[in-house]
Amino acid sequence: MAQALTHSEPQIGDRPRPAKNYLNATTGIWSWMTTVDHKRIGVMYLIAVSSAFFVGGMFALMIRLTLLTPSHKLFGKVLIDADTYNRVFTLHGAIMVFLFIIPSIPGSLANFVLPLMLGAKDVAFPRLNLASFYLWCTGAAIAVTSMIVGAVDTGWTFYTPYSTTTQNSVGLMTMAVFILGFSSIFTGLNFIATVHKLRAPGMGWFDMPLFVWGTYATAIIQVLATPVLGITMVLLALERVFNIGIFDPKIGGDPVLFQHFFWFYSHPAVYIMIVPGMAIISEIIPTFSRKTIFGYRAIAYSSVALALLGFLVWGHHMFVAGQSELATVVFSALTFLVAIPSGVKLFNWLATMYKGNISLETPMLYGISFILLFAIGGLTGIFLGALSTDVHLTDTYFVVAHFHYVMMGGTVIAFIGGVHYWWPKITGRMYSEKWGRIGCSLVFIGFNMTFLTQFFLGSRGMPRRYYNYLDQYQPLHAFSTFGSWVLGMGLFITAAYLLASLRKPYDAPDNPWGGTTMEWLTSSPPIEHNFEEQPVLEHEPYDYRPKVKKHA
Amino acid sequence: MEWFRALMLPPQGSAFAGEVDTLYMFLFWLSVVLFLGIAFAAVYFAVRYRYVPGRVTPHITHNTTLEIVWSVLPLLLCGVIFFWGLDGWMKYAVAPGESMEIQITAKKWIWTFEYPDGSRTANEIHVPIGKPVRFIMTSEDVLHDFFVPDMRVKHDIVPGRYTEVWFTPTVLGPHHFTCAEYCGKGHSDMNGKLVVDSEPDFKKWMETGGDDWKNYSPEVWGQMQREQKGCATCHSVDGSKGQGPTWKGIYGTMVEMNDGKSYLVDDAYLQESMMQPNAKIVKGFEAIMPSFQGLLHPQDIRGLIAYIKTLK
Repeated sequence: MAQALTHSEPQIGDRPRPAKNYLNATTGIWSWMTTVDHKRIGVMYLIAVSSAFFVGGMFALMIRLTLLTPSHKLFGKVLIDADTYNRVFTLHGAIMVFLFIIPSIPGSLANFVLPLMLGAKDVAFPRLNLASFYLWCTGAAIAVTSMIVGAVDTGWTFYTPYSTTTQNSVGLMTMAVFILGFSSIFTGLNFIATVHKLRAPGMGWFDMPLFVWGTYATAIIQVLATPVLGITMVLLALERVFNIGIFDPKIGGDPVLFQHFFWFYSHPAVYIMIVPGMAIISEIIPTFSRKTIFGYRAIAYSSVALALLGFLVWGHHMFVAGQSELATVVFSALTFLVAIPSGVKLFNWLATMYKGNISLETPMLYGISFILLFAIGGLTGIFLGALSTDVHLTDTYFVVAHFHYVMMGGTVIAFIGGVHYWWPKITGRMYSEKWGRIGCSLVFIGFNMTFLTQFFLGSRGMPRRYYNYLDQYQPLHAFSTFGSWVLGMGLFITAAYLLASLRKPYDAPDNPWGGTTMEWLTSSPPIEHNFEEQPVLEHEPYDYRPKVKKHA
Repeated sequence: MEWFRALMLPPQGSAFAGEVDTLYMFLFWLSVVLFLGIAFAAVYFAVRYRYVPGRVTPHITHNTTLEIVWSVLPLLLCGVIFFWGLDGWMKYAVAPGESMEIQITAKKWIWTFEYPDGSRTANEIHVPIGKPVRFIMTSEDVLHDFFVPDMRVKHDIVPGRYTEVWFTPTVLGPHHFTCAEYCGKGHSDMNGKLVVDSEPDFKKWMETGGDDWKNYSPEVWGQMQREQKGCATCHSVDGSKGQGPTWKGIYGTMVEMNDGKSYLVDDAYLQESMMQPNAKIVKGFEAIMPSFQGLLHPQDIRGLIAYIKTLK
């Protein structure tokens, strides 16, 4: 007997909760450390990346506090000196990018949800999945140790020759990033194989939920882009050991070449970060609009288009860095192409809301926040893609604000929205809806206070990575710092009520939001092998037409 | 709307700044309109179609016409913006042939400028109004970036390479310039002053070096000149041997030349060594020092001598 869903109303308690689920089927720390269950690995990833986010966030608050006044003084004492400041923003950037955002959604949410959405028992290679997690832990340990012991102050971009002439830990850092990259490759490989081989009977490519499409597109980038990091590391090592001039101008190398290598990986990495975020929003919007997604194929193709275009635009980070004029013009033209698939997604989400039946639970509030913040992030990207305006704005706070709108306003907001959306499924508990809305409002307001301000700092000429600044920028810096406190408060509240919900007994229904994808067919939390029996696809995804009956 | 532009952008110091600002303001208003449209749609739909239990939603899967429209229109708009940006950037990328050339050497954390006549300054430059100036830049250590917000130009400075940036200043007075590529501890202090002078003022500044020296004691001014004019490259002040003799403790001593004669190091000797360095060559050194005739102004020479006297 296949199970089917109602598609407009939540169903609560219509089926007895199984006594054993993936959380309590086996017990003890060892059962978690050696698990090959994608759900447990997803939860371990969730804890790991959230911890990284917490640490990176603390460094962010330190940065903002340092910049509160030009004298960096609070109660008459200098808080942080220039050297420490440089280390703090390096730690913030590197932890957020490599330890948090890149693995966040693929490692935690996609790991948990993707097999469920496909009606599969697990990912294609469960042991590889666990190996990926341990690689992340290894890479994270090496990265944090080398940054603290080596007092790395290069910024997360590790530009040569500063990074190679000032201290010796850049090699170790690249090693760490490469190990983290392999963790990312393993996850990507796993998802590609899973999507190809483990779809439920009857599920064709265009019957897959859009979260699966987004994750699949991301997996392609993970597998193709990350090896370039390995090449860069080998070249750095060759230069060190055999004194072959590759990046160091003193022995005939070219520092701009390092930037090409760095961005050839790190620009596609931007799409490793944002495409899964978009994929979460493509789930949340139809569920809370109780209406089928508008332009399913366009959204699916646009994820793939972003993944491929992401490989062709790395040079837009280097318009004033000394690359050839021709390259600069070509990269600018290609960069504008990115606007089209991004815009298509945005318009499709809005069209999905049109004539919907929209309720504003916390995940949907994050969904709408994403639309607004990503719109700002995308539109300000046009300023930076256009050549003449980029010359003035690049390397200023305008860029800082732009990528925080895309990375934090986009990916992190989508990640938090996704955590709320799947929290009942993952933990079997509902969180406080009231506090959820308060938390989301504070995050939204605080985020805009912090980063909208920085566009104006940048356009007025404030360069990034500056410890000292001119007095004229002080009011804007102070406002941005106040915003960071509101944002921090919102995130703190969010962590608090989510963790508080864990103290309750299981109270989440199997399908609290009336979702139509297969993860809602199983119990909350799911049983060890996901489904009582193999689910069979009976309708296209996001089908909210009433013809589907309750209980087949 | 000039006041509104001034809220967001620095004062305009060049014609290029005007070009950049026009595109910037166009993009700003375009973004505001598009954002308000998107925000209005999201909020309006959320309110207008708010949840009613049991209501059935229409099954709208796609609308090909609409989807083509909202793919092609942004593409066309992006095309226009691309060419607009390219048009402005071409002016930034190609300097006119008749520009005055100034060499920039950047190092942690000091800017050195060299004029066509060989005179040099540090962290402060003067340029004449209305004449294109072209900067040819290189770095002695790590990446730097010459950023002049009022002129709306910046370009990275790469060790082992020469990069260029140019502009035609149109507004008299001081303009701020600063380093925009992270270079370590002193990164945010690596800034200086670009002064746009009228033609006569600029000529006078080139001849006399301006009035800045009046703010310093001769000893301090001399110490600054040693750095700015490049003396420090060859002459140490700690007694160590460089390309030229150290300055430490030389004043008032007898020095033997490579022709065997000895001279007293006094004011006249020091001045001669700066103006006609090859007249007397100290024993053990080569005749490699260039003449500083015309590069050192009287106050600079006085300052250097005063400074050397302090080096006991």
